[in-house]
Amino acid sequence: MAEQRQIPPMPGREAEDMGGIDSTPNATASISDSSQARSELMTINIGPHHPATHGVLRLVVDLDGEVVKDLKPVIGYVHTGIEKSCEDKSYWKVIPFVERMDYVSYFFQMEAYCGAVERLTGLEIPPRARYLRTIFLELCRIHSHLVWLGTTALDLGAVSMLWYCFRERDRILDLFEMATGQRMHTRYFQVGGVIEDIPLGFEAKLREFVADMPVRVGQYQALLDRNEVFLSRTKGTGVVPRERLLELGVTGPLLRAAGEPWDLRKAFDYLAYPEVDFKVPVGTVGDNYDRYRVRVAEMVESTRIVEQALDGLPEGPYIADDRKYVLPPRSELSTSMESLIHHFKLVTEGYRVGPGEVYYAVESPRGELGCFVLSDGSAKPARVHFRDASFVNLQAFRDMSKDGYVADMIASLGMLDPILGGVDR
Amino acid sequence: MRERQLRARDMLRGDLEGEELERHVEEKVVMTSFERLLNWGRANSCFPLTFGLACCAIEAPIALVGSPRYDLARFGAEALRASPRQADLIILSGRVSIKMAPVVRRLYDQMLEPKWAISMGACSSSGGMFANYAVVQGADKFMPIDLHIPGCPPRPEAVMYGFNKLQRKIMGNPDQGWRQRYSATGTEEWARGGPRSEPSPEAAEAYERARGLIRA
Amino acid sequence: MPDAPGLELIRGEIEQDHPGAILDTSFDRGQAALVVDPARILAVLAWLRDAPGQGYRFLSSLHVADYLPAQPRFGVHYELLNRDRVERIRVKAMLEDVAPAGGVGDGGVEDDPARSTPPSPTTGPAVGDLPSIDSCVSLFPTAEFQEREAYDFFGVVFKGHPDLTRILLPEDYVGWPQRRDFPVGGEPVTFTYNERNYG
Repeated sequence: MAEQRQIPPMPGREAEDMGGIDSTPNATASISDSSQARSELMTINIGPHHPATHGVLRLVVDLDGEVVKDLKPVIGYVHTGIEKSCEDKSYWKVIPFVERMDYVSYFFQMEAYCGAVERLTGLEIPPRARYLRTIFLELCRIHSHLVWLGTTALDLGAVSMLWYCFRERDRILDLFEMATGQRMHTRYFQVGGVIEDIPLGFEAKLREFVADMPVRVGQYQALLDRNEVFLSRTKGTGVVPRERLLELGVTGPLLRAAGEPWDLRKAFDYLAYPEVDFKVPVGTVGDNYDRYRVRVAEMVESTRIVEQALDGLPEGPYIADDRKYVLPPRSELSTSMESLIHHFKLVTEGYRVGPGEVYYAVESPRGELGCFVLSDGSAKPARVHFRDASFVNLQAFRDMSKDGYVADMIASLGMLDPILGGVDR
Repeated sequence: MRERQLRARDMLRGDLEGEELERHVEEKVVMTSFERLLNWGRANSCFPLTFGLACCAIEAPIALVGSPRYDLARFGAEALRASPRQADLIILSGRVSIKMAPVVRRLYDQMLEPKWAISMGACSSSGGMFANYAVVQGADKFMPIDLHIPGCPPRPEAVMYGFNKLQRKIMGNPDQGWRQRYSATGTEEWARGGPRSEPSPEAAEAYERARGLIRA
Repeated sequence: MPDAPGLELIRGEIEQDHPGAILDTSFDRGQAALVVDPARILAVLAWLRDAPGQGYRFLSSLHVADYLPAQPRFGVHYELLNRDRVERIRVKAMLEDVAPAGGVGDGGVEDDPARSTPPSPTTGPAVGDLPSIDSCVSLFPTAEFQEREAYDFFGVVFKGHPDLTRILLPEDYVGWPQRRDFPVGGEPVTFTYNERNYG
C-alpha cells in the first residue's frame, strides 16, 4: 500500500504482518523501531481495522513503553467523494447523499444542507415544519449519543452497555420508521420543510418513549457511574485545556465538557429552539469523565426538548407552499395544470437557485456541523462543502492522548466520538 | 435437486461414463454424513469479523449482533472476532473507498480457509449511489463475494435472511434461485456474451430495426 | 452577522491599517463577506482576530470553492466566528489557476519544492505550478486538517503548512478531484457508440 512507510526489516523476529492492519489497540506486535534517532520510541500502527468500533480510523502512534508520545491520525479510508457527487445532482437529490456522511446523525446533515439552501432561496419554513424538524433532530441526537455510549462503553470493557443502549436505539429507529419509512437515512427533511406529516399514532408512541427515556438513562448511569474500572479509566484522562480546544476549532460536547458553554442551539436561534426551554450541560475539568457526563445529560435534555416540542406542535402545513421549490400535493396533479407543470419541472430539472453562497451551521451531536453551498444559478449546486465536526475535533486527539497511556488513548478515542463517515466525507 | 435425480437415473442406466461418473460418485457418495456434519457445524458457528466500514456497520455488526432485538447470536454467529486470522466470515458493511480496498483485500487474505464474504448493502455490492472516483464500484472488483444483500442500509431482517442463505450455501445446499424453482432455466437473455451469446432472432431483428431508425 | 453598515466599518478600519488589502465587500442573504487580496490574507485574519472590538477568534471553516468558468478561479473561504457577539464573517481570497504555460498565480511563485511537491506527479499543471496562498495555521491551529483537505481536493498550496500532504485520498492519487473540470467518475465517460464509430 502506498501509504505505508518504509519499514526496515526486523532482525530475528518475524513481524506478524507488515503494516499490522489487524492490531488490537494494546498490541505489542510491533512493526519496527522506525528511526534510529529516537531509539526508545516504538511506532505502531492501529487500524484501519481494529476492534474499537469507531470506523476506519488509522492511528500511527509513537510509544515510549506504554506512554503515547505522538499520534498521527491517517484518515480517508471511507472517503466517498460525496461533495463531488453533490455537484452532479439537482438540489433535492443531494439530500440523500449528504445524509450519508455522518451516518449516525443523519438528520443533522439534512438540516444543515436544507437550511443552507433555504437561506439561498429565501424560503420560509412553516412553524409546524420547524417543530417537526426540531423533534427529529433531537431524537437523532439521542440516537447518536446512544450509539456513542454503547460503543464507547464496549471499548472500555463495559460490554453490557451495548445491549442496553441499542434497545433504546431500536425504539428510536422504530419511531423514525413509523414517520418516514426508513430506519436510517430517511431523507425526511426537504428544502421547505419536511417531506411528510407525522402519521397517527406517532405522537402516542413518541410520548411513551419520552416518558421512558429518563428512566433508561438512569439505568445507564447506574451501570456506569459507580463502576470502578470505568471511573478510573475516564477520570483525569484526556484533559485538554479549554483555550487549546478553541484554538483547534473543537466544538460540541468536547468543548462543553471543558467548561465553555457554547452551543449553537442557544447562540444562533434556529428552528424551534428559541421556543423550548432546555439547559446546556457544561463540565468542569474537561477530562473523559466530564465528556461522558455531558453527553448523558444531553440525552436527558434532548428528551425534554422533544417533549416540549411535541406539546407545542402547531397545526398547519408541514412544508412551504412555494411551488417553485416544493412538490405540489399529488391530489392536485389531476386537477390543476400549473401543478402538473410545476411537478414536472421539479422532478426533471429541479429548481434553480439564484447565484450566491451561504454557510449555515447547526449543532450536531459532535459539534458544529456547517454546510457551505455555492450556487451558480443552475439547478445543480456548484459546491457543497461540509464543515464536519468530527473532522475538526480529530485534531484535538493528539493533544488528548499525548503523555498518557495507550489505554487512556482508547478511552479518549471513545469520548472524542469520531464518526469516520463525517471525517472522510 | 432435479439435476441430481436425473444424473442418478443416468448412472443407473449406465449412461454416465468416465469423468462424469467419477464426479457423480464423488458428489453423491463422498458427501458423507461426516462432511455434512462438518458443514452444519461451520454454518452454525460462523465467527464474523468485527468489520464495519460505514453506515451499514451501524445496522449490521452493531444493530444485528449487538442488539437485543435482531440477534444474530441465535444463528451461532455471536462470537465476533477482531482478528481476521480467527474469523470465518467478513461482512463488508459499507462503502469501500479506493483507499480502503487494498486493506480489505489484505484482511480477506489473512483469513483462513474456509472463509466467506458477505457484501452488505448497495455500496459494497455495486458502489451504491456513489458512482464517483472515490468508491470502488462493488467489492466484487477485488475480492470474491459469496452473498450480496441489497438495501441502503438493509434492514437487519434482510441481513438475517441473507445470513441464512449463506448458511444454506455453506451446508452444501445452495438456495435454488427462482429459475430452478419454477423450471424457467434457459430463459435468460444475455446482453453481451454469456452462456447463450446469440440473441434470440426476435431480439436481433428488433435491434436491426432500431439501428436502422437511428441511421436513417 | 455584522450588518451591511457594520461590514463597511470593518472594511474602513482594515483599510487604515492595511491599505489595499480588501478588494471588495458583499452582504448577501444576511451573510457578510470580505474579499481580500491573497497576499495580505494573514494580515487581515490577524486583524480580525486580534483587533480590540473585533475578536473573530474562532475559525469555523476553511474551504475552497472552484468558481470555474469565472476567473479568478479558486476562492479560499475563511468562516470566522465571534463567539462573544455571535457574529460570523466570511473572508474570501480569490486565487487564479496557474496555467502550465507559465502564467503567474496570485500569491506568488511556489518556493520550496519539498513543501509543494505531492508525492507523485499530477496531471495537468506541473508540480510547481499550483496556486498558493499563505497558511494560517500559525493564527488558527484548527486550519491544519482543513488546509490539507483543500490541498488534497483542489491543489491549492498553503505555504508554511507543517505537513501539506494528501489527507483523504490515497497518497499516490493523481489529480485534484474537487476541481470543476475533473470528471465525477475520475475518468471521462466513454460511450460505446462513439467508441465504435469514432475510434
